[in-house]
Amino acid sequence: MRLKTWLLGAACLGSFAGVAGAETLTIATVNNGDMIRMQGLSNHFTEQNPDIDLEWVILEENVLRQRVTTDIATKGGQYDVMTIGTYEVPIWGKQDWLLPLDDLGPDYDVDDLLPAIRSGLTVDGTLYAAPFYGESSMTMYRTDLFEEAGLEMPDAPTWDFIAEAARTLTDKEDELYGICLRGKAGWGENMALLTAMANSFGARFFDEQWNAQFDQPEWKETISYYVDLMNEAGPPGASSNGFNENLALFQTGKCAMWIDATVAASFVTNPDESQVADNVGFALAPDNGLGKRGNWLWAWSLAIPAGTQQAEAAQKFIAWATSKEYLELVAEEEGWANVPPGTRASLYENPEYLAAAPFAKMTLESIEAADPNDPAVDPVPYVGVQFVAIPEFQGIGTSVGQQFSAALAGQVSVDDALASAQQITTREMTRAGYGE
Amino acid sequence: MARAASTRRKAVFTIIGWVAGLAVFFPILWTFLTSFKTEGTAIATPPQFLFFEWTLENYATVQERSNYMRHMTNSIVMSVGSTLIGLLIAIPAAWAMAFAPTRRTKDILMWMLSTKMLPAVGVLVPIYLIFRDWGLLDSLAGLTGVLVMVNLPIIVWMLYTYFREIPGDILEAARMDGASLRNEIIYVLTPMAVPGIASTMLLSIILAWNEAFWTLNLTASEAAPLTAFIAAYSSPEGLFWAKLSAASTLAIAPILILGWFAQRQLVRGLTFGAVK
Repeated sequence: MRLKTWLLGAACLGSFAGVAGAETLTIATVNNGDMIRMQGLSNHFTEQNPDIDLEWVILEENVLRQRVTTDIATKGGQYDVMTIGTYEVPIWGKQDWLLPLDDLGPDYDVDDLLPAIRSGLTVDGTLYAAPFYGESSMTMYRTDLFEEAGLEMPDAPTWDFIAEAARTLTDKEDELYGICLRGKAGWGENMALLTAMANSFGARFFDEQWNAQFDQPEWKETISYYVDLMNEAGPPGASSNGFNENLALFQTGKCAMWIDATVAASFVTNPDESQVADNVGFALAPDNGLGKRGNWLWAWSLAIPAGTQQAEAAQKFIAWATSKEYLELVAEEEGWANVPPGTRASLYENPEYLAAAPFAKMTLESIEAADPNDPAVDPVPYVGVQFVAIPEFQGIGTSVGQQFSAALAGQVSVDDALASAQQITTREMTRAGYGE
Repeated sequence: MARAASTRRKAVFTIIGWVAGLAVFFPILWTFLTSFKTEGTAIATPPQFLFFEWTLENYATVQERSNYMRHMTNSIVMSVGSTLIGLLIAIPAAWAMAFAPTRRTKDILMWMLSTKMLPAVGVLVPIYLIFRDWGLLDSLAGLTGVLVMVNLPIIVWMLYTYFREIPGDILEAARMDGASLRNEIIYVLTPMAVPGIASTMLLSIILAWNEAFWTLNLTASEAAPLTAFIAAYSSPEGLFWAKLSAASTLAIAPILILGWFAQRQLVRGLTFGAVK
């Protein structure tokens, strides 16, 4: 009897669980400070729209990506609003997996969105996702160490300067390393850095006929520079360092320079977390005088999957969360320094924001310096600065990233790593039918 | 002299035992300690063991951000539910294999186990499509069903091993006394196999509790168990160790307590028939 009751209970619970209210929006989002803040402030939205309930699904970035990709590809319809990046939008938009955002309301001011960010979220002239926050990468450095060494960081440094400064500032006995860069393998890990860096060295992922370009001298120059510099001036075990590992190293005073996401600026200048909060300066990502900087461009954006039954309410929510009014709401509740950055031009004209966020100018300049539609020195057939917006890229990027990570760890030579990268990429692209 | 040597030997083995035990337990202890640190202290070098400013801030944040009770209830329903359904199917199946084997029994057992050899992601899309079409996505009924299927081969194998240890003569005697097949299984076989069934049950609950692939991929919000609760606290960009540790501590606490109380059954069951 007990067993029967249990089973019956479980079955009933299960069937009830599948039923959702008519106006409940299920929002899938990524776990980061800005998104958690949005969840916390969402009661303002539900107060204005009492007929809409919000259900939050917050997941780690990679879990979220797998989850929403399965759901959208199979038209599962589990989510009404999805948080996706600039990598997914061009691919999913082309597949008609996303609904166009053409009804964001008269006060939305779509022209206020930063052009670089907006163009990454637009497919054939239609906006498919609204940016919630945007980021690029930049150089963060220790002003105190630079001063002691008599060095001065230019606003727009070159890779030559970075290498020289890193070697000068390294003191391995004292566990001080001139530069910290990503080494952990993955298309969103070391390949984000290396692809953006390669752009500034004149390299590109594919030529206009989709031929892999790892056999070209520009890639060899990029990877040799990276491996040599990290061996001489980088921390030990760098091939397993990602954003968080480098953040911890920088915050504990072990790195003189760190080139990574602009979002790191708020962490390294926060005295509660960072031991070097008062001594951090910012500069653009380096270049090689070829007209392209080594910085990337990313925007976490809100989009509506085509399978949703509640498109109107979803659009209403997106308009609220990515509006100018939302930025003001965050400023009012938590201060201007906590406003999600990198999406609207008006934010960078706001004196209160500029006073509260010392890294604001550099963030804007970094974002404006990246062009997802023209990322490399030579012409390319793809969209994306630190990625190639094709479905095959996640697999290719991670396999190639493993080769470069192995080269950094000294397991293979730079030449061998590049030869393997060329072979892997050519094989995958041929299989996928590119260039036929 | 011999006694001294044996005492020394005992002491050495005891120390080795303790060291091994502590080494296994250390990650859990470290997670527990980290959950009381601030994010800054959690990444401090050198690591701080006990002498830091203890805070409950992470638990407060986790409680504020997530509905822990809902996740925990979901975890309990699906792990206990899938185990009970699994046992209902596995006990008769294991009886048949242990006491009425055919030429093909070994092959069937191996075939059942072979389903565990396929990486789960290989069947994600077909299962997802079936769930979508049957309206089972994000439902406890669907998730429980999948977990039954995932754990069934292990439950059958374990029970089969235990049942093989029970002398067939006893069952035969029951039959001679006029017991029906149903009575034979319920009143003779099951009571004799209680330690085995109990440890199988516990193991199945633990496996279902920790199952992270299907529980993350087939749920969104309503049926999301504690695995989804933990996945909400990790991040590739930003410090999260202290909050993640608090979430992990809350997620493992119920199963750890269950394991603590049932450890005698678990050990007895797992070593059942090991020494002959």
